[in-house]
Amino acid sequence: MKIANKTVTATQLVKDALEKAKHFEEYNIFTFLNEEGALRKAAEIDAKIAKGEKVGKLAGVPYAFKDNFLSPEGPTTASSKILSPLVSPITATAIKKLEAEGAIMIGRTNMDSFAHGSSTENSYFGPTLNSADKTRVAGGSSGGSAVAVALDIVEFATGTDTGGSIRQPASFNGIYGLKPTYGTISRYGVVAMASSTDCIGFFTKTPDDMDLLMSITAGQDANDLTTLPDYYETSEIKEVKKVGIIKEFDNDSVSSELKSALNKKVDQLKKQGYEIVELSMPALKYALAVYYIIVPAEIASNLSRYDGIRYGYRSDNITDLESIYTSSRNEGFMDENKRRIMIGNFVLSSGFYDAYYLKAQKARTLIIKEYEEAFKKCDVILTPVAPNQAFKLGEKINDPVSMYLEDVMSVPINLAGLPGLTIPAGTGENGLPTGLQLIGPRRSDKTLINFAKELA
Amino acid sequence: MSKYEITIGIECHVQLSTKTKLFSEVDNDARGKEPNSCVSPVDYALPGMLPRLNGEAIKFAIRAGKAMNCEINKHSRFDRKHYFYPDSPKGYQITQFYHPIIGAGYIELPDGTKVRIEHAHLEGDAGKLSHFGNYSLVDLNRVDTPLIEIVSMPDIHSAKQAHDYCKELWRAMVYAEVTNGDLYNGNMRFDVNISLAKEGAKELGTRAEIKNLNSFRSVEHAVEYEYERQAKILDKGEKVVQETRGWSDATGKTTPQRSKEEAQDYRYMPEPDLPPINLSQEFIDKEAAKLPTTPKAYREKFSGTIASDTLEILLDYKPLMEKLEEITNLFSGDIRDNGSELSKEPRNDGSDAAAREKTIGKISNWFASVLLAEEKSAEYLNDLPSAKQLANLAEMTEKKELSSTGAKEVFLRLFDPQMKIKEAKEIAKELNLLQENNLDALEKIVDEILADPATKKAQEDFKAGQEKVIGFLVGQVMKASKGKANPSVAQEILRQKLKN
Repeated sequence: MKIANKTVTATQLVKDALEKAKHFEEYNIFTFLNEEGALRKAAEIDAKIAKGEKVGKLAGVPYAFKDNFLSPEGPTTASSKILSPLVSPITATAIKKLEAEGAIMIGRTNMDSFAHGSSTENSYFGPTLNSADKTRVAGGSSGGSAVAVALDIVEFATGTDTGGSIRQPASFNGIYGLKPTYGTISRYGVVAMASSTDCIGFFTKTPDDMDLLMSITAGQDANDLTTLPDYYETSEIKEVKKVGIIKEFDNDSVSSELKSALNKKVDQLKKQGYEIVELSMPALKYALAVYYIIVPAEIASNLSRYDGIRYGYRSDNITDLESIYTSSRNEGFMDENKRRIMIGNFVLSSGFYDAYYLKAQKARTLIIKEYEEAFKKCDVILTPVAPNQAFKLGEKINDPVSMYLEDVMSVPINLAGLPGLTIPAGTGENGLPTGLQLIGPRRSDKTLINFAKELA
Repeated sequence: MSKYEITIGIECHVQLSTKTKLFSEVDNDARGKEPNSCVSPVDYALPGMLPRLNGEAIKFAIRAGKAMNCEINKHSRFDRKHYFYPDSPKGYQITQFYHPIIGAGYIELPDGTKVRIEHAHLEGDAGKLSHFGNYSLVDLNRVDTPLIEIVSMPDIHSAKQAHDYCKELWRAMVYAEVTNGDLYNGNMRFDVNISLAKEGAKELGTRAEIKNLNSFRSVEHAVEYEYERQAKILDKGEKVVQETRGWSDATGKTTPQRSKEEAQDYRYMPEPDLPPINLSQEFIDKEAAKLPTTPKAYREKFSGTIASDTLEILLDYKPLMEKLEEITNLFSGDIRDNGSELSKEPRNDGSDAAAREKTIGKISNWFASVLLAEEKSAEYLNDLPSAKQLANLAEMTEKKELSSTGAKEVFLRLFDPQMKIKEAKEIAKELNLLQENNLDALEKIVDEILADPATKKAQEDFKAGQEKVIGFLVGQVMKASKGKANPSVAQEILRQKLKN
């Protein structure tokens, strides 16, 4: 990526990025453009460079973050009505680390409200358009970030991946997208969706950029007790010899474009001398059901704090305490938010807990074990990210189940806490990008990134 | 009214006096502070905030558990309990529903009854609402103050026992130094479950829960009231409704708040933001060893020396028990030989144990009847005289250097910030309260009195068998000595002289 120096100023990089952002306005990528703040920071960095002072590894690099990251720069809305307006006194740990290295946020990106969705159509601010075809969805939930990178507006963008929200839009827009091992990057200061599967990650144009961003942001954080002890920088890169492909994912629901993208990649791997191992992972068929029990339960819980009392949206239709809650939440949340809150509260309600939540947790353990077994037979697993390429705007929005089915190949690794990296796999005959994901054991993030370099 | 057997189980919330809150680094002591001034973004539930776990609260929980003779669970974890109310910013309380940190144990009442503890768990407190006309205000200072909720088994069978259990629990927590124990400010709150059943019945009756009682008296009175109320219902052949009731000190009545049908579904769920707590036996043992002397241990230690009703009064005051312990220690080991006045003076009876018992007996009586009767006693309790000062005073009294009235006066002066730097003897001297025990000097005074013609008649009357007259003669000696004579010694000398 381009980093500011004596010849290319940060101000120039930021100006270019802002200009492109405006040029692509119709794509509805940004919920907030940080013109003033970004230019001010760029000037600061340029002054440092002029004086010969030390600048960070990301000096003057324009980037964007998903609108569920907290920072005092611009309102944090999570693309929802209920959070507007919220100006945070806190900066997310990941953002702090990036900015300490000189990265400059030029905008907050559009997303499915509270990251609930697979198309960025569930945004209070309307959908973001696909970078390759404006009639199609950007993917989601981190659609704005993916398109911002794919259209080369910014060098990189942050995202969150709870069930595929980085990998799927990366694949829909033909770029790299990493969901790290659960607990690698602090969740502190990121609006929670589902605590036990939420991961912070990035969209980049190259695996090298991904490696750089990981080395900057990975690490234990006292403010997030679920972060793992530092491992990324010191982890060894394992030499990949065996690549697993999952038998059960070769079925009729997978589009021909993705099947052919996968086959091409497999042929390439064989030619390069890798061994292809066919895996049978029968427990994965439960993953989507398990996901849509555990995740809504955590969503319902995490969204309880949006009650119209302390911050965010409060309805005008208030007669008593009860109506503060019901009206504010009813008017402030979008349909998909409400759907998940209802599912979550249902599965947690007394009398149903054992039948749904507890059973789902047991199935989750089976899925984790199945991956452990799989990684005894291979070093990485290669699968499509989603069964289809970017679909048409409005095609699935009124059919929640078919929208959920888009997640069938992406959610299993969130349940298992594994890292997954979307790599571009060319364009199909229809001209749309395809993507595949590399999956590795826990803490193998660096190996995945390195392997992506070999495949590039 | 028929006879019913009453069965009571009590849940008690104890606010822990940790430095910071359970899940944030904000000051946990909001006393005297502005509303909403001890609140962090974690406490008011800003999006993206995650709980941090206060390790001190874990240590407090271990001590509290040990103070109740409980098992400490090596593995515990947190859960979310969901409900909507403005006092709960997250929309859920972080508690331990499935795997509490404190396991089974018991509290022993003064009468020897053991009330079993089912378990106790850590959780965050809620905020406070104040209601005004058509609006309410929320103060979040109390949000996520660490609490332990102690759940008893239904082992309590009278209002008195309920009172005693709460008190003994309060003592256990205060002595364990895990709470400020200020009941008035809600540091401990009791929920009392009460049911009645026909005597000898095998099954318990339907219970009512009286919530949020904050004094031992309220607990006792609420139980008495509930017994009457439920007994009347049962006498009529009707059924007690399972419900939550509130208690009013003003009316002395319980009133319904929420029935079982209206009970909330808390949708418990494991807290995904906090990893499980795994404690090593070593860590538990280390913390358990820090548990200060328990009220039960004090009771056992002093029950032979201090009358039980006095002891029960003093046990409410940890500093007094500590002081008595300190005084006890003066009589054994090295402390006695450090050249203090106590160790230099030979003892009348030559027995250390007997001297110790007498000293403790005297001082405990002064504590109970003099100190605690004082208006300023609460203030005095914060800064007690030294063990040596008190023991010296007891010894002076024992040696009759002071009258019992004089001793009480000196005793109180020992608490006076101006006087307490001085030794008891010095104070007694200043107040002119030292008694004349010098036999030669006393004999001289007695001789003078007997030589006085004004006492002639009295002497004759005494010799003629009029016992009462001796009082008049002692009075004369006292007068001549300006009150410093020890009256019993004076009387002895008088009797001796008059016999001859």
